[in-house]
Amino acid sequence: MAKVIIPTPLRKFTGNQATIETNGTTVLESLQSLAETHPEIKKHLFDDAGQVRKFVRLYLGDEDIKALQNEQTPVQSGSVISIIPAIAGGV
Amino acid sequence: MKLQLAEAAQRIIQEHATEIYPDECCGFLYGEENDVRLIQEAIQVINSKDGDKRRRFEISPEDYMRAERYALENNTNLLGVYHSHPNHPARPSEHDLKQAVPFFSYIIVSVMEGKVADITSWQLNEDSQFEEEKILQTENYTSNT
Repeated sequence: MAKVIIPTPLRKFTGNQATIETNGTTVLESLQSLAETHPEIKKHLFDDAGQVRKFVRLYLGDEDIKALQNEQTPVQSGSVISIIPAIAGGV
Repeated sequence: MKLQLAEAAQRIIQEHATEIYPDECCGFLYGEENDVRLIQEAIQVINSKDGDKRRRFEISPEDYMRAERYALENNTNLLGVYHSHPNHPARPSEHDLKQAVPFFSYIIVSVMEGKVADITSWQLNEDSQFEEEKILQTENYTSNT
Protein backbone atom coordinates (compact mmCIF):
# COMPACT_ATOMS: atom_id res chain seq x y z
CA MET A 1 0.00 0.00 0.00
CA ALA A 2 2.99 2.27 0.40
CA LYS A 3 4.97 4.09 -2.26
CA VAL A 4 8.71 3.40 -2.16
CA ILE A 5 11.17 5.99 -3.45
CA ILE A 6 14.08 4.23 -5.14
CA PRO A 7 17.47 5.96 -4.79
CA THR A 8 19.29 6.74 -8.04
CA PRO A 9 21.95 3.98 -7.62
CA LEU A 10 19.28 1.27 -7.44
CA ARG A 11 17.03 2.45 -10.26
CA LYS A 12 18.66 0.21 -12.82
CA PHE A 13 17.09 -2.67 -10.90
CA THR A 14 13.60 -1.14 -11.21
CA GLY A 15 13.63 -0.35 -14.92
CA ASN A 16 14.56 3.27 -14.08
CA GLN A 17 11.39 3.81 -12.10
CA ALA A 18 11.94 6.31 -9.29
CA THR A 19 8.88 5.25 -7.30
CA ILE A 20 7.18 1.88 -6.94
CA GLU A 21 3.78 1.11 -5.43
CA THR A 22 4.04 -1.86 -3.06
CA ASN A 23 1.76 -4.17 -1.12
CA GLY A 24 2.00 -4.91 2.61
CA THR A 25 1.01 -3.34 5.88
CA THR A 26 4.48 -2.67 7.32
CA VAL A 27 7.76 -1.21 6.08
CA LEU A 28 9.28 -4.71 5.96
CA GLU A 29 6.38 -6.16 3.97
CA SER A 30 6.61 -3.23 1.56
CA LEU A 31 10.30 -3.96 0.91
CA GLN A 32 9.60 -7.67 0.49
CA SER A 33 6.87 -6.78 -2.00
CA LEU A 34 9.35 -4.59 -3.88
CA ALA A 35 11.89 -7.44 -3.96
CA GLU A 36 9.23 -9.81 -5.34
CA THR A 37 8.31 -7.54 -8.23
CA HIS A 38 11.93 -6.49 -8.90
CA PRO A 39 14.12 -9.47 -7.86
CA GLU A 40 17.41 -7.86 -8.92
CA ILE A 41 17.09 -5.26 -6.19
CA LYS A 42 16.82 -7.90 -3.47
CA LYS A 43 20.54 -8.41 -2.79
CA HIS A 44 20.95 -4.66 -2.34
CA LEU A 45 18.23 -4.50 0.32
CA PHE A 46 18.55 -7.78 2.21
CA ASP A 47 21.49 -9.83 3.45
CA ASP A 48 21.75 -13.62 3.16
CA ALA A 49 19.80 -14.03 6.39
CA GLY A 50 16.91 -12.01 4.99
CA GLN A 51 17.60 -9.00 7.23
CA VAL A 52 17.62 -5.47 5.85
CA ARG A 53 21.24 -4.61 5.07
CA LYS A 54 23.16 -2.61 7.64
CA PHE A 55 24.07 0.12 5.16
CA VAL A 56 20.48 0.74 4.06
CA ARG A 57 18.54 3.42 5.93
CA LEU A 58 14.77 3.62 5.74
CA TYR A 59 12.61 6.69 6.25
CA LEU A 60 8.85 6.90 6.44
CA GLY A 61 8.02 10.37 5.22
CA ASP A 62 10.63 12.54 6.96
CA GLU A 63 11.16 10.17 9.90
CA ASP A 64 13.84 7.55 10.40
CA ILE A 65 12.02 4.26 11.05
CA LYS A 66 14.48 3.67 13.92
CA ALA A 67 12.53 6.38 15.77
CA LEU A 68 9.28 4.58 14.98
CA GLN A 69 8.72 0.83 15.14
CA ASN A 70 11.66 0.02 12.90
CA GLU A 71 10.83 -2.40 10.05
CA GLN A 72 7.54 -3.27 11.74
CA THR A 73 6.32 0.32 11.39
CA PRO A 74 2.81 0.19 9.91
CA VAL A 75 2.17 1.82 6.55
CA GLN A 76 -1.05 3.03 5.02
CA SER A 77 -2.16 3.92 1.59
CA GLY A 78 -0.33 7.16 0.80
CA SER A 79 2.70 6.34 3.00
CA VAL A 80 6.04 7.15 1.40
CA ILE A 81 9.08 5.02 2.22
CA SER A 82 12.54 6.28 1.20
CA ILE A 83 15.41 3.85 0.73
CA ILE A 84 18.62 5.68 1.54
CA PRO A 85 22.02 4.14 0.85
CA ALA A 86 24.76 4.89 3.35
CA ILE A 87 27.20 7.23 1.70
CA ALA A 88 30.44 6.97 3.63
CA GLY A 89 34.07 5.97 3.38
CA GLY A 90 37.52 7.31 4.07
CA VAL A 91 41.23 6.78 3.62
CA MET B 1 33.97 3.96 -18.46
CA LYS B 2 34.69 7.61 -19.09
CA LEU B 3 33.70 10.72 -17.25
CA GLN B 4 33.90 14.36 -18.19
CA LEU B 5 34.27 16.79 -15.33
CA ALA B 6 33.13 20.35 -16.06
CA GLU B 7 35.66 22.96 -15.02
CA ALA B 8 33.24 24.65 -12.59
CA ALA B 9 32.52 21.36 -10.84
CA GLN B 10 36.20 20.52 -10.65
CA ARG B 11 36.94 23.92 -9.13
CA ILE B 12 34.32 23.45 -6.42
CA ILE B 13 35.67 20.01 -5.53
CA GLN B 14 39.27 21.26 -5.38
CA GLU B 15 38.38 24.33 -3.32
CA HIS B 16 36.33 22.24 -0.90
CA ALA B 17 39.09 19.66 -0.49
CA THR B 18 41.72 22.29 0.32
CA GLU B 19 39.46 24.40 2.57
CA ILE B 20 38.48 21.43 4.72
CA TYR B 21 41.99 19.90 4.85
CA PRO B 22 43.16 18.09 6.95
CA ASP B 23 39.58 16.81 7.30
CA GLU B 24 37.84 14.87 4.55
CA CYS B 25 35.34 16.79 2.45
CA CYS B 26 32.37 15.32 0.61
CA GLY B 27 29.64 16.31 -1.81
CA PHE B 28 27.29 15.25 -4.59
CA LEU B 29 27.79 15.14 -8.34
CA TYR B 30 25.07 15.97 -10.87
CA GLY B 31 24.89 15.89 -14.63
CA GLU B 32 23.94 14.00 -17.75
CA GLU B 33 24.36 10.37 -18.66
CA ASN B 34 25.43 9.86 -22.28
CA ASP B 35 28.20 7.80 -23.87
CA VAL B 36 30.48 9.76 -21.60
CA ARG B 37 29.12 10.59 -18.16
CA LEU B 38 29.14 14.37 -17.85
CA ILE B 39 29.46 15.90 -14.38
CA GLN B 40 28.15 19.44 -14.71
CA GLU B 41 27.69 20.38 -11.09
CA ALA B 42 29.24 19.56 -7.71
CA ILE B 43 27.50 20.52 -4.48
CA GLN B 44 29.29 20.55 -1.15
CA VAL B 45 27.79 18.66 1.79
CA ILE B 46 28.79 18.63 5.45
CA ASN B 47 30.88 15.66 6.55
CA SER B 48 28.54 14.35 9.25
CA LYS B 49 30.90 11.67 10.55
CA ASP B 50 31.13 11.58 14.34
CA GLY B 51 34.74 11.42 15.45
CA ASP B 52 37.81 11.64 13.26
CA LYS B 53 36.88 13.50 10.08
CA ARG B 54 40.51 13.34 8.92
CA ARG B 55 40.12 9.66 8.03
CA ARG B 56 36.37 9.18 7.48
CA PHE B 57 33.42 10.87 5.86
CA GLU B 58 29.72 10.29 6.04
CA ILE B 59 26.71 11.98 4.45
CA SER B 60 23.58 12.15 6.60
CA PRO B 61 20.36 10.47 5.38
CA GLU B 62 18.64 13.87 5.44
CA ASP B 63 21.28 15.36 3.14
CA TYR B 64 20.96 12.35 0.87
CA MET B 65 17.18 12.84 0.59
CA ARG B 66 17.73 16.52 -0.17
CA ALA B 67 20.21 15.58 -2.89
CA GLU B 68 17.68 13.29 -4.60
CA ARG B 69 15.00 16.02 -4.38
CA TYR B 70 17.42 18.60 -5.79
CA ALA B 71 17.97 16.39 -8.85
CA LEU B 72 14.22 16.00 -9.44
CA GLU B 73 13.48 19.71 -8.96
CA ASN B 74 16.32 20.83 -11.20
CA ASN B 75 15.80 18.27 -13.94
CA THR B 76 19.26 16.80 -13.51
CA ASN B 77 20.66 13.43 -12.42
CA LEU B 78 22.40 12.45 -9.23
CA LEU B 79 25.42 10.62 -10.63
CA GLY B 80 27.77 10.22 -7.73
CA VAL B 81 29.70 11.62 -4.82
CA TYR B 82 33.15 13.06 -4.25
CA HIS B 83 35.35 12.99 -1.20
CA SER B 84 38.94 13.78 -0.33
CA HIS B 85 41.80 11.66 0.95
CA PRO B 86 44.00 13.99 3.03
CA ASN B 87 47.65 12.92 2.80
CA HIS B 88 46.67 9.70 1.03
CA PRO B 89 46.57 8.66 -2.61
CA ALA B 90 43.43 9.10 -4.73
CA ARG B 91 42.64 5.41 -4.65
CA PRO B 92 39.55 3.84 -3.03
CA SER B 93 40.18 2.33 0.38
CA GLU B 94 38.54 -0.76 1.84
CA HIS B 95 36.19 1.56 3.74
CA ASP B 96 35.18 3.15 0.45
CA LEU B 97 34.53 -0.25 -1.10
CA LYS B 98 32.60 -1.64 1.86
CA GLN B 99 29.90 1.00 1.59
CA ALA B 100 29.96 1.70 -2.13
CA VAL B 101 26.74 1.54 -4.11
CA PRO B 102 26.32 0.61 -7.78
CA PHE B 103 26.00 3.14 -10.60
CA PHE B 104 27.51 6.10 -8.71
CA SER B 105 30.80 7.63 -9.73
CA TYR B 106 33.12 8.06 -6.76
CA ILE B 107 35.48 10.95 -7.37
CA ILE B 108 38.43 10.94 -4.98
CA VAL B 109 40.73 13.93 -4.45
CA SER B 110 44.14 13.40 -2.96
CA VAL B 111 45.26 16.42 -0.91
CA MET B 112 48.91 16.38 0.07
CA GLU B 113 50.17 19.02 2.51
CA GLY B 114 47.05 21.08 1.82
CA LYS B 115 47.35 21.02 -1.96
CA VAL B 116 45.41 18.98 -4.51
CA ALA B 117 47.75 16.32 -5.84
CA ASP B 118 45.47 14.07 -7.89
CA ILE B 119 41.85 13.47 -8.84
CA THR B 120 40.49 10.07 -9.87
CA SER B 121 37.04 8.57 -10.42
CA TRP B 122 35.78 5.06 -9.76
CA GLN B 123 32.68 3.00 -10.31
CA LEU B 124 31.67 -0.47 -9.12
CA ASN B 125 31.76 -3.13 -11.81
CA GLU B 126 29.51 -6.20 -12.08
CA ASP B 127 31.74 -8.01 -9.55
CA SER B 128 31.25 -5.19 -7.01
CA GLN B 129 34.88 -4.10 -7.36
CA PHE B 130 36.00 -0.56 -8.11
CA GLU B 131 37.10 0.14 -11.65
CA GLU B 132 38.75 3.42 -12.55
CA GLU B 133 36.89 5.81 -14.85
CA LYS B 134 39.03 7.86 -17.13
CA ILE B 135 38.46 11.54 -16.39
CA LEU B 136 38.51 13.80 -19.42
CA GLN B 137 39.67 17.38 -18.93
CA THR B 138 41.63 17.35 -15.71
CA GLU B 139 44.86 19.01 -16.80
CA ASN B 140 44.60 21.68 -14.16
CA TYR B 141 45.19 20.60 -10.58
CA THR B 142 46.02 24.16 -9.50
CA SER B 143 45.35 24.44 -5.82
CA ASN B 144 43.85 27.63 -4.39
CA THR B 145 46.27 27.69 -1.49
